[in-house]
Formats: sequence, structure tokens, C-alpha cells
Amino acid sequence: MSSDAMAIRTAEAAGHSWLEVLHGWVTTVDHKRLGIMYIGYALIFLIVAGFEAIIIRIQLVRPHYDFISPQVFNRMFTMHGTTMIFFVAMPILFGFANYLVPLMVGARDMAFPRLNAFSFWLSAFGGLLLYFSFLGGSGLYGAGNAPDVGWWAYAPLTAPAFSPGHSSDYWTIAVMVSGFGSIGTCINIIATILCMRCPGMTLNRMPLLVWLNLVMGGMVLITISPLTAAQVMLLVDRFLGGHFFDTQAGGSAAIWMHFFWIFGHPEVYVLIIPCFAFMSEIVPVFSRKPIFGYPVMVGATVCIGFVSMSVWAHHMFTIGMSSYSNAFFTITSMIVGVPTGIKIFNWLGTMWGGKLILKTPMLYCIGFLFQFLIAGLTGIMLATAPFDWQLGNSYFVVAHFHYVIVGGILFALFAAFYYWYPKITGRMLSETLGKWHFWLFVIGFHLTFDGMHIPGLLGMPRRIYTYEAGRGWEIWNLLSTIGAFIQGIATVIFVWNLIISYFKGAKAGNDPWDAWTLEWSTSSPPPAYNFATIPVVASRRPLWDLKHPEDPDSQYE
Amino acid sequence: MANRDNTEWIVVAGRAAGIFVLLTGILLAAGLCTASPRIANPVPNIFNPLSTPADTISHLSRFVLIICGLIFAVVFTLLTYAIVKFRSSAASADREPAQVYGSTQIELAWTVIPILIVVVLFLATARVIHAIQDAPRPAAAVEVTAIGHQFWWEFRYPGLGVVTANELHIPVSDPAHPTPTFVKLLSADTDHSFWVPQLAGKTDLIPNHPNEMWMEPHRTGLFLGQCAQYCGTQHAKMLLRVSVDSQEEFAAWIRAQKQPANQDEKEIAGRRIFETTACVNCHAVGGTVGTGRFGPDLTHLMSRQTIAAGAADNTDENLRLWIQNPDAIKPGSLMPAMQLSNADKDALVSYLETLK
Repeated sequence: MSSDAMAIRTAEAAGHSWLEVLHGWVTTVDHKRLGIMYIGYALIFLIVAGFEAIIIRIQLVRPHYDFISPQVFNRMFTMHGTTMIFFVAMPILFGFANYLVPLMVGARDMAFPRLNAFSFWLSAFGGLLLYFSFLGGSGLYGAGNAPDVGWWAYAPLTAPAFSPGHSSDYWTIAVMVSGFGSIGTCINIIATILCMRCPGMTLNRMPLLVWLNLVMGGMVLITISPLTAAQVMLLVDRFLGGHFFDTQAGGSAAIWMHFFWIFGHPEVYVLIIPCFAFMSEIVPVFSRKPIFGYPVMVGATVCIGFVSMSVWAHHMFTIGMSSYSNAFFTITSMIVGVPTGIKIFNWLGTMWGGKLILKTPMLYCIGFLFQFLIAGLTGIMLATAPFDWQLGNSYFVVAHFHYVIVGGILFALFAAFYYWYPKITGRMLSETLGKWHFWLFVIGFHLTFDGMHIPGLLGMPRRIYTYEAGRGWEIWNLLSTIGAFIQGIATVIFVWNLIISYFKGAKAGNDPWDAWTLEWSTSSPPPAYNFATIPVVASRRPLWDLKHPEDPDSQYE
Repeated sequence: MANRDNTEWIVVAGRAAGIFVLLTGILLAAGLCTASPRIANPVPNIFNPLSTPADTISHLSRFVLIICGLIFAVVFTLLTYAIVKFRSSAASADREPAQVYGSTQIELAWTVIPILIVVVLFLATARVIHAIQDAPRPAAAVEVTAIGHQFWWEFRYPGLGVVTANELHIPVSDPAHPTPTFVKLLSADTDHSFWVPQLAGKTDLIPNHPNEMWMEPHRTGLFLGQCAQYCGTQHAKMLLRVSVDSQEEFAAWIRAQKQPANQDEKEIAGRRIFETTACVNCHAVGGTVGTGRFGPDLTHLMSRQTIAAGAADNTDENLRLWIQNPDAIKPGSLMPAMQLSNADKDALVSYLETLK
């Protein structure tokens, strides 16, 4: 209703009917509109999957609580994980990449605008397909509805014997379809970066956001392929009587794990690298200094890209690999921490000696730094194979990866929202609401996930719908549930801020943060095709050169 | 400039040391609170190990935790310092700070130091991996085969001819004459994982992919664990108990388990119900026609403290409920509701209760 009303109002202002406006959005190939659609679509799924998380937390508030049945609980954590990874984190990051990369390289659009639209709609329909399983998943068998095999869907739990009906098929096809969308988008991002840069923008002068998205794009092309291959094999097993993962007929459950995690672990870096990109743009602007060690930051990212391809089996330390394999994946997993550490140090170096302006985007960046530090260190613990024999699949792991994904990725995303919202809408987000959002979210986050490490140390495995009393787990679960509600309230404030600021926010102007990259040289929101004349750049910070003609960066590069 | 840097580092180091002492204090306190003598703690704390592999892991874990704690303290202090020190003030509001682009020496320092830390951590880890995974098997080792089922554990002692379920009995190991238990891990259906935190790290039970793990407990007592790999609807109630017995207790337990099932003529009615209904499709009782292996072996059912893989205590009331309506105890378990008349149920339960 209300979106209709909004559409009608904007339509009247522009002299178009709401149908024409809708048609304009559905058929658009404009990178900015597609970026906004990616982000909006991901936000809707963020709310849905966040709601699922709340349901999970209510069920776990105390031992032997029966808020929901085990069947429903298993569907909830499967849908929560699958949605958050494939239909929230990836599309929202693609949305920002879509919106920002052409603007930052001084291009008028992505390299392949139609492919861009096609990729978005593939991802969008993938998400709808996944959720249609609530209605269609029981199929003719009348068994189950939404997928309940966990987001990594280990074989042979996905075999027809253990997963009758069509719930696993919905999971498989939805993930595969959205994977095609991801590949299309990443081909587009890579082509745009390699071929569409404005005059003067050598690879060595690209903003770090662009560099990091280039690495991310390359990683997606490599890692989605084994996932898609595995999904095809699973479909062959389920529909054509294949035996790839059919352990009763000589198939291998372990091979699915390898296929899944050779996608799954680089995927974590596919998600975090664009967040490193946000950090690398926002921290310098709010420290009033250029990024510390630009070439090292690029090198570290490329290094992460390569090394993260050879760490996957640290998810499989408990499956009985040989001691040599366990040692190998221990060292590779620890080594990937080195370039990641270098990045944290370089952001610290950027802040050191700067002039820190603690507005909401910077607050989120600072939150990211502390939380990602802890996430990295618990990652080192999990990389230690024998430690992982205890910690693996326990609540310690759940706490660890939520520290990465919420404390790291989501915090960086919130920073990006507060930073680029003025560019996208032409209006500032409210600082007051922003600070409320930040502090409530920080409290909620730490209440939920700090204590969650401890039941893992006390032997609580993940993915259990209820637990025994008297094992020292009760208090931590209770705190987590309270924290989840506080995060929920903070998210409501955020969404309200997005809506109210669109109508009532202060006008942003072209360059509200006194920033240095090309997107701030055009109007907010940027006009169709971004730049009337294609800019020419002479350094990594073209707008600094413009604002400081007496001391331009181009002198030093 | 150099001097100033030095004093800053001293302050930083001092704070780091303070935080480190605090963190270790908290850890120690936590360790002391949960340590308990003789009787195994109901809290399966990985830092309260009572068995060789768990103990080795715990030592390495503490070492890694301390290194990570130190790194955290240093970086945390630097970050906090930077935020407090370099915050924009009214005095500096109009001026841009010095534009520094980087420093090769500093970059080198914070690349090389982490690499050295990784080398140390890796060497310590590789030693423990080797010590646990490639441990020799002494001739006196006890052999057990654990088979994961949806949603219970089958334990077989191949050398001893004993079969039981959900409650594993193993002997305590005397360091002078070690009798560790080596467990072969198999699965009848989906993936499971054997995890008793105080005895050893977890190892998965994967169909068509046999695994092995071992335990060498130093103390007697009851140790709790549960399935640690999502295996389907009732993953949560696939609980695991390991009773570490003294050598004499273990020998006595084995003797008792090898006895044939009780053949009390008074309970012939209940036995007939067991043998003529669907019970025998899944359950075995030695000396009867029941030889099913889909569910737990019931030959010595009453020697176990729990039913339904630890989901309920083994009481008369719970047995009745379990036979009548398994979903009331464990919704989604593969035991069907038996739909018996009250008389039949009474007879069956009193028969089962003779299976000591």
C-alpha cells in the first residue's frame, strides 16, 4: 500500500503514471537503479532472515522449551543461513559494487548493462524460489516444506531417503540459480574495472574499493563453479538415480564436503573483501589522511584471494583426514591471517596521526576494527586443528562466524549505508537516529555473541533445537536471546532512519563528507549516465587534487 | 621523535600486560570453578580434560589462547590509543593533518612478526596433531565399534562379544599399564559426530568412510557428550554417556553384559508381545526371535540409566510413555507409537523390566 502511494507521488511529480514508473524499474539496465534494487531486495531478506534468527533465539531461551518443534527449528536455521549468505550478504554487496564501481572509475555504466539486469533478476528469482518452498516443498509426498538440511546441506542428509519431498530440490535450484546471477555480476564487475576506467586512472590509481571488488569478482568466478557442479551432481542423484553422494551405493559423503567448502570458505572472503573495501574508503576520509600503504593493501588483498582458495578443509578437521592434511590446512589457514592482519594494521596506520571525525560511518568502522580483530583471533584458534576437534561444530564456531558476519560484514555495511546514502538519495541519514542505531546494535551484538563462545567451550553443539539443563549453558543462551531482541530493535531504528531521512533528511549536496573519490564529484543522486564529461584523473585522490591545488597527490605518485 | 615513540610503546606494553594478567586471571578462575575431583562434572568443559588426548589438546589450546590474548591486548591498546589520541578537536578542526602515505619499514615489521607467530603456532600444532592422530595402539587397548544411527548410538565390543547402546563403558587407564580405548566410527545412515569433550576431541561418523578415535581416561566417572554433527530432526537428543569404570568394574560389567537375556517364565506374556509385534523388526533381545538392528539392542536394557539416547531416565513411567507415544519424549524419533492395549503394554513393560 504505502509503496504504491510513494510510487504514485513520485510518479505524479515526474508526470508519469505509477505503472510507467514500475515499468521503468523492472526494465531498467541502469547500474544505479540495479544497485538500489539489489540493496532493497537484500534488505527485505535481511528482515526475513533476522526474524528467523529471533525465532531460533526464542526457542533456545531456556532448556527444553517448546516454542517450536524440532522440524520447524531445523527449517529455521537452514533458511536463516542460506538466506543470509546467498540472498542478503551477496546481493547487498553486489548492489554496492554495482552502484559504486562505475562512479568510482569514472564510467557511465557497467560494461554489460543487460547482463547486469539479467543477473539481478536471476538472483531475485532464486530468493523467491527458496521461499516458495514453504508452499511447494512438500510436493506429492506431503513431507516437509522448507529445506531442513542446514545451509551446507551435507550428504547424505539430502538423499531422497532422508529428505523426501522437494524441500532439498528448492534449496539446490535456488542456490544454483542465484549462483548464475553472481557469476554474471562478477564478469560484469571485472569487465567494467578492466575496460571502463576514465583517462588517467591506471590500475595503480584505482580507489581501493575498486581494487578489492576486482579481487572479489575473480574469486566468485572460481568458487561458484564447484558449488554449481556439486548442485548439478546432487540433482542427478535426486532425479536421475545417480550415486555421487549416495553412500548406500558406494557414493561419498566427504566429496560433497570438499565441493561445498572449496566454495564455502572463499565465500567468506568474497563477503568480507568488499567490506574491507568500504573500510578502505571510509576510514581515510574520516581520518582526513590517505590510506596507509596503498600498494601493500592491494597486495594483501590479492594474497588473501589466492591463499583463501587453499584453506577450505579447515571446516573438515573432524572428518578423519590424515595428519598431513590436517597440518597442511592448519598452516594455510593461519597464513591467511597474516595479510588480514596487515589490513587491520594499515587501517590503524591510517588513523594514526589523523584527525578522527566520529560520525556514524566512522563509528561503524571502529566497531568493525575491534570486532573483526576478535573474529580473526578466534579464527586462529579454529585453524589450530586439535583445538578445532573440540571447538568445531560447537557454539564457539557459531559465535566466531557471527563475529565475522555481523561484527565484521554487517558493521562495514552499516558504515557504507551511512556513508553513501547521501550520494544515492541526495539526503543525509539522521545522525541522532544513527547513533541510537549504533549503540543499541553494539550492545545487542556483544550481548548476543560474546557470551555465545562459552557454551561452545562447555560442550554445546550447534544446530540443536533444545538442550539439557545443568551443563552451564542456560545463562549464556538467555543473554544471547536478550541481545538478539536488542539487535532487532536497533535494526528497526535503522530501517526507520532509511525511510524518514528519504523524505525529511538534510540535503546532502555533492560532497557532504569532503571526500576524495570520483563519485563525490557528481550530483547527489548522480544523473543518468553519471558524468556529463568523462573525468580525467592524475592521482588516487582526484578530488583532493582539485581541493588542494597547492599540494596535490599527483606530485608524489 | 624516536624518544617519544619509545615512551608510547612502554605505555602500550604496560597496558597490554595489565589486560593479559586480567584475562588469564579470569580464565584461571573459570578453570578452578569447574574443576572437580573424582566424579565427572556435569559440565563437559573442554578446559577440564580427564583423558590423554583431551588433555594434550587442552594444553595446546591454552597456549594458542594466550598468544591470541596477547595479540588482542596489543592491537586493542593501539586502537584505543589512536581513537582517544587522534580524535578531532575544535583546535584542529580547520587543518588537514599531515598526509602520510605509508612506510616500508613499518609494513615489513607488521608482516614479519605475524609470520613468526604463525611459524611458532604451527610447529606447536603439528606436534599435537601427530601425537594424537598417529598414536601407537598398545596391545592392551580396548576395541569398540561405534555406529551412529538416527538418533542413537550403537556400541559393539568385537573382541568381547558385547553389544549395547547410548551408554559406553570403558576402563580407566593406568599410566603404568595403559589401556586406552580405540573406537572405530561407522554410520548406518547420515553423518554424526562422537564428542565427549572431557575425553577427546570430536570425530565424525560418516557412512561409507570409517574413522577412528581413541580415549585414555585417567579418572573414573560418568562423562557427558552428544552428537556434534547435524544428523536430522532429533540431532539435539542424540545424547552420549561414557562411563569410565575401574578395571574391576569394567570386567564385571562385561561379564554381566555377556549373560543371556533373562528368560523369566512369569513374563512369558510380555515376551510373546515383544516377539509377535513390530518390536522385533528393529530391536534385538538375545535368545529371542528379535534380532533387529535398526534400534538399540534391548538384551540388558535395564542396565542402562537412560532410554531414547539419553532423552529420558530409564523409569517405568518413561518406558510406558516411550512405547505409547515416543513423540512425547523425542518428537521426530524413528520409534513408532506401538498402539498397544493397556494390558499388553503392562505385560510388555514388565517383561522389559526383567532385562537386567
